[in-house]
Amino acid sequence: MDFLNALVALSNFVIIPAIAYGSQLALGALGVTLIYGILRFSNFAHGDTMAFGAMLAVLITWWFQSMGVSFGVLPTALLALPFAILGTMALVLITDRMVYRFYREQKAKPVILVIVSMGVMFIMNGLVRFIIGPNDQKFADGERFIISVREFKAMTGLKEGLAIKTTQGITVVVAIIAVALLFWFLNRTRTGKSMRAYSDNEDLALLSGINPERVVMYTWLIVAALATTAGVLYGLDKSFKPFVYFQLLLPIFASAIVGGLGSPLGAIAGGFVIAFSEVTITYAWKKVLKYLMPESLEPSSLVQLLSTDYKFAVSFVILIVVLLFKPTGLFKGKSV
Amino acid sequence: MSEQMKNTALFVLVFAMIALTGIMQSWNVALLILNMGLISAIMALGVNLQWGFAGLFNVGVMGFVALGGLAVVLTSAAPVEGAWSAGGWRIVIALLAGAGTIVGTVMVRQRMAAGRARNIATIVLLLGGFFLYRGIFDPGVEAVEAINPALQGNLGGLNLPVLMAWPMGGLLAAGVAWLIGKTALGLRSDYLAIATLGIAEIIIAVMKNEDWLARGVKNVVGLDRPVPYEIDLQNTSSFVNRAEGLGLDPATASSLFVKLNYSILFAIVLVLIFVAAQLALKSPWGRMMRAIRDNEVAAEAMGKDVTNRHLQIFVLGSAVCGVAGAMMTTLDGQLTPGTYNPLRYTFLIWVMVIVGGSGNNLGAVLGGFLIWFLWVQVEPMGLFLMELITSGMAEGSGLKKHLIDSAAHMRLLTMGVILLLVLRFSPRGLIPEK
Repeated sequence: MDFLNALVALSNFVIIPAIAYGSQLALGALGVTLIYGILRFSNFAHGDTMAFGAMLAVLITWWFQSMGVSFGVLPTALLALPFAILGTMALVLITDRMVYRFYREQKAKPVILVIVSMGVMFIMNGLVRFIIGPNDQKFADGERFIISVREFKAMTGLKEGLAIKTTQGITVVVAIIAVALLFWFLNRTRTGKSMRAYSDNEDLALLSGINPERVVMYTWLIVAALATTAGVLYGLDKSFKPFVYFQLLLPIFASAIVGGLGSPLGAIAGGFVIAFSEVTITYAWKKVLKYLMPESLEPSSLVQLLSTDYKFAVSFVILIVVLLFKPTGLFKGKSV
Repeated sequence: MSEQMKNTALFVLVFAMIALTGIMQSWNVALLILNMGLISAIMALGVNLQWGFAGLFNVGVMGFVALGGLAVVLTSAAPVEGAWSAGGWRIVIALLAGAGTIVGTVMVRQRMAAGRARNIATIVLLLGGFFLYRGIFDPGVEAVEAINPALQGNLGGLNLPVLMAWPMGGLLAAGVAWLIGKTALGLRSDYLAIATLGIAEIIIAVMKNEDWLARGVKNVVGLDRPVPYEIDLQNTSSFVNRAEGLGLDPATASSLFVKLNYSILFAIVLVLIFVAAQLALKSPWGRMMRAIRDNEVAAEAMGKDVTNRHLQIFVLGSAVCGVAGAMMTTLDGQLTPGTYNPLRYTFLIWVMVIVGGSGNNLGAVLGGFLIWFLWVQVEPMGLFLMELITSGMAEGSGLKKHLIDSAAHMRLLTMGVILLLVLRFSPRGLIPEK
């Protein structure tokens, strides 16, 4: 019984939140990795692209709510998601046309593109704050829990409860659908194949008649969809605040690099590696340990390795360790 | 128009704008802009050392600026009574134990042959060291933080004059930069950028959470000043007489006098650092740096030690940012770790360097003043613009209120637009590298 209680506590506080957070990171990291693979620079504006997409979803959700449209037990934001994706697609395509294309034609060094993306980051950040303000916005509605603590306790008779939030369930389901679609697109469609070819070997791809502008356009479209989805899921799960998305940049980059920049599979793996390490290292293990240890050995402190504010340190340390020992990441990424 | 004339004209333009602020708004605002402009110029010089001279992509400026601020508390604050005996030494011993663990692990890894045994030894050493460290560390921290927690609860400083804190800020930033450089500088430019971004966040996280160090988010206020206090000036009859002779009321005069004093101090530091940077740029060392920047492989083939030169300039540039950070905290009179934000303290400095002209010290200084001026003044300008746009709208309409309220966020937008415009149409900045 004690073992079961420990397992439930572990799932409730570590496994389930980490899976949800990991899925959000993975979606974000996929966007970063695709940009890196095709356009060959680290996009600092990615966090703010996510914020912009999420902001559109928040606004559309409010509009739907005011008209009385709802999605039953599911959050209305899911209905708003497709429209938000379209809006974000428009934004990134305009950005690419007005900003990035010039440097592509110039064959500018990647580091210049990174600085350019810093400028884009400023603009998007300003835009989001300008439209919706810098404060917390709540936009989740519908049923709050799939299983609440009380139901779980009544069902199983265990001392520990297990809660699964609807947003956590939705995050995982949507992430799986998005990733499946992405891999189907990359591996099965002609455009997807040309994207991979372009990422592997630009010159060869150009020789075989692949239109680079088309590849770049599709990349931005996919990135916009991924970023918006990640942004909306994160916002539903936690809450929407522009600055938080900017701060997500670090764990997202860490995920992409740990997995191997340019490798979509790596981005997903990296997302979960980062999420699980962050949650396990900043979790106070006392609750779990007290079920597993004999009473005399019960820990007196919280058994928290690091306080939650050090979660950045966790992603950073993993990043450094991977870079020092396996510079191309867990899955062979590329180095430009 | 000769180059020198153009540069002079640019500087005159920026200072004229600041002077105009003094005439149209108030001299207090103008001097505030000037003071922060001086500090920004120093930060920009630091980044220019790293990026302009050596091509190091450091986006962790915020961390070094914050370290400079921390140094002010550690140097100039009075020591907290009983803190050292209560737990201060314990904390120091714990930190040494932590450092010893890492050094020991690295040494063991060098001695042992690669394989499972080495991996196990590494993990055992690191875990054991971590628990040992926490075992010594936690009681010490608890004891220190229990001392008068409403006002103190930290170790306090060395009680040295506050001007000493500026070089100390540089030293502290340099020490940390050396540690970081040792681990991260081998990375490619993108990776280095992300690594430094993370380091800056970690430094801020440490400063926010380790209350024993400088009270964390509870802030340290009332730091010493290198200049007189306004209230003392207002109570000095000679000062009041002189102010009245100039036709100023004592309150305004004292506040202007204090700010001017700061301006003079900051200007001296700026000139010193600028001259040093100019000499470095023109020296054989500076030429070597640019050679490394332009072609690492060729420089290495010529026998230049690229890794060590990178480390050297990374430490130097970070030290300059640390000095600027210490000056800023002195100007504020308080250390507030919660206010450090990468957009303001890292990316804005980058905008200064790029807009001013990377690789050119004069450009970096110009960028520092110009961008800081715009950063402050875009807000009132935006408000004015918004009022102009919305003047035709119905009074009390939601959109009008929203637009006017959002004017404050115009500055980020403007900075982005300026950066992109400069990168597009004048990629080498206003004063390009020669």
